[in-house]
Amino acid sequence: MSAPSPESAGLTDTHRAFAETCRRFARERIAPHVVEWEEAGSFPRSLYTEAAEAGILGVSFPEAYGGGGGDLLHSMLSVETLLEGGSSGLVASLGSLGIALPPIMALGTEEQKQRFVPKVLSGEHIAALAITEPGAGSDVAGVKTRAVRDGDHYRLSGAKLFITSGVRADLVTVLARTGEDAHGGLTFFVVERGTPGFSASRALNKTGWWASDTAELSFDDVKVPLDQRLGEEGSGFLAIMQSFQAERLSLAFYGHATAEIVLADAIAYAKERQAFGRPLTGFQVTRHKLAEMATKTRVAKAFNWELARRVAAGEYLVTEVSMAKNFAAQVAQEVCYEAVQIFGGMGYMRETRVERFARDARLLPIGGGTTEIMNEIIAKQLGL
Amino acid sequence: MKILVAIKRVADPDNANKVKPTADKVDTTGLEWKPNPFDEYALETALRLTENGKNNKVRQGEVVVVTIGNKDTETQLRSALATGADRAIRVEAEDTDLDGRLVAAALKSVVDAEKPDLVLLGKQVVDGDSNSVGQMLAQLLDYPMATFAATIQEEADGRLLVGREVDGGVLSLRLTTPAIITVDLRVVAPTSVYSKHTDAGFKYSDGVRFAALPAIMKAKKKPLDVKALADLAPGKTNGSSYFRFEAPPARAAGVKVPDVATLVNKLATEAKAL
Ligand SMILES: Cc1cc2nc3c(=O)[nH]c(=O)nc-3n(C[C@H](O)[C@H](O)[C@H](O)COP(=O)(O)OP(=O)(O)OC[C@H]3O[C@@H](n4cnc5c(N)ncnc54)[C@H](O)[C@@H]3O)c2cc1C
Repeated sequence: MSAPSPESAGLTDTHRAFAETCRRFARERIAPHVVEWEEAGSFPRSLYTEAAEAGILGVSFPEAYGGGGGDLLHSMLSVETLLEGGSSGLVASLGSLGIALPPIMALGTEEQKQRFVPKVLSGEHIAALAITEPGAGSDVAGVKTRAVRDGDHYRLSGAKLFITSGVRADLVTVLARTGEDAHGGLTFFVVERGTPGFSASRALNKTGWWASDTAELSFDDVKVPLDQRLGEEGSGFLAIMQSFQAERLSLAFYGHATAEIVLADAIAYAKERQAFGRPLTGFQVTRHKLAEMATKTRVAKAFNWELARRVAAGEYLVTEVSMAKNFAAQVAQEVCYEAVQIFGGMGYMRETRVERFARDARLLPIGGGTTEIMNEIIAKQLGL
Repeated sequence: MKILVAIKRVADPDNANKVKPTADKVDTTGLEWKPNPFDEYALETALRLTENGKNNKVRQGEVVVVTIGNKDTETQLRSALATGADRAIRVEAEDTDLDGRLVAAALKSVVDAEKPDLVLLGKQVVDGDSNSVGQMLAQLLDYPMATFAATIQEEADGRLLVGREVDGGVLSLRLTTPAIITVDLRVVAPTSVYSKHTDAGFKYSDGVRFAALPAIMKAKKKPLDVKALADLAPGKTNGSSYFRFEAPPARAAGVKVPDVATLVNKLATEAKAL
């Protein structure tokens, strides 16, 4: 965000100063290493503590638990600016606490919050959220991982799939079935690394998000003390529904921010690259392509920011947020596709950012609720 | 230790191509502003010298930042306060009414009032590139000075051991305080600066520390005093002002040659390269 623009309306000086902190962090601590980390499929654990020291990790969590005391706009700004470092996967992994901690904050007792949250916000512990299973993705009510009460603890059995930061996680917020009711029988538990029977059975290879680890987790009769259950039995589903809004909005922000970055790269390349004796921008077809890319990006960004402001002010906008996620995810696909096209062969090479973002962006219509599921939500609102 | 750090904002070097020099003024509309990088290094140095690196939540001294500029430059002061400075002073003036001599004179008055043990400045600002204020200020104050510092170590008796990278090696100077030091890029490396409170083996993160959100919030409440230039440099006006900027001449368009023979001929006769 350079000059004042409609989407930045409502941001205070402190928001801007925070964005500057993130932007500098992306430039100094992420960008110089991105190619190496992407190829290695991981980044150093120390980045979590560095991000915590810089006040970026968990900026919107309360200061009392070691967070930054900011609001939703701060966390959206952190997505927008950290992506400038060049790696969506890194931002997702660094940010996995953003989906793992909300159930603890919403359902946990004061004691549970103090026990689990500060160590994550200081960067010492990595946290992951485990909902998806081999047999249950879009259909959350299909969760089969079971938690059976056994005296003063539960016994957890089952498998979780596609879990961001799952390989390295020190604590995992796990959704398990404690009752037969499809929605009302779901409960969250915190499972710690090293608990007998709990392991990351597989690190998965992916199309994109290379710097992020994505795991299959296995729970084999894992003994989980009663005081690691979050809330009452059956309180899980509602908690997910409540935290989906922020997660989906954040994925919408990945969408427009991705588009904005590759658009800038494409413009710079098109001005520079010569063909038939002129720069690519000398062809009307390229200029119009860039104009359309810019238009879509701008519209997605404006809508996302409007929703961020309204959600931050307390509105519950599940339909609009679903629209925003779909729209921005689609814009990211289209803009990435055209950016690669403008780069030509170079756009197919791993040394360019557009190549990486084009792969990374494919996740956006899938993760955090697919486009089809978003459309189901929107259609329901339309009375269909 | 009490340290005064002088800070100037500059047009964001990443957007410097947007600067439009015209015949009589530099057009600054629409530019984004940042603190001069060397001044940020000076601030980081000052913070390191007034803390124990291991426990930097407890301050072991005071850092006062000062800038000379219009109201907008308070953004840079607030950002310095968020980074860790304790107080700020803004001297009201427009950049176009200043030159190094006037800046040094105003800073001298600030030093006279604040009586810091050390004045830290960047070695130069990246817009004007004059590299003169620190030296002029040292002259006005009659303080010992070290320029282009790459390392600073506070000794037990309060003297400062300053390392300067010079051709062929590192030159160390020992300064008694009050003193003036201008800093170079290297001063923010992990083992460049040690206060007497920080253990010898301690390693800082490379570069300038980040301003976390709670610190950004607290910075809004830290003191920021505004002073008038006329009170600090009475009767003085700038003696040098911007006259003109000329970009290097654009390269002339090339010519196309139909064949190798013509090329060789042109190289020999026109370019006289053969
Ligand atoms: C990189 C990555 C990271 C992830 N991180 C996490 C994580 O940290 N934690 C976590 O719990 N999960 C995570 N996920 C899982 C993610 O949320 C799911 O992949 C997503 O919700 C879709 O579920 P699924 O893969 O089982 O697809 P399915 O539900 O099997 O869907 C397959 C296809 O069927 C369509 N479909 C399904 N139901 C309907 C319907 N009712 N109407 C029309 N079409 C339908 C879908 O839209 C999709 O096109 C991650 C996934 C990826 C790829």
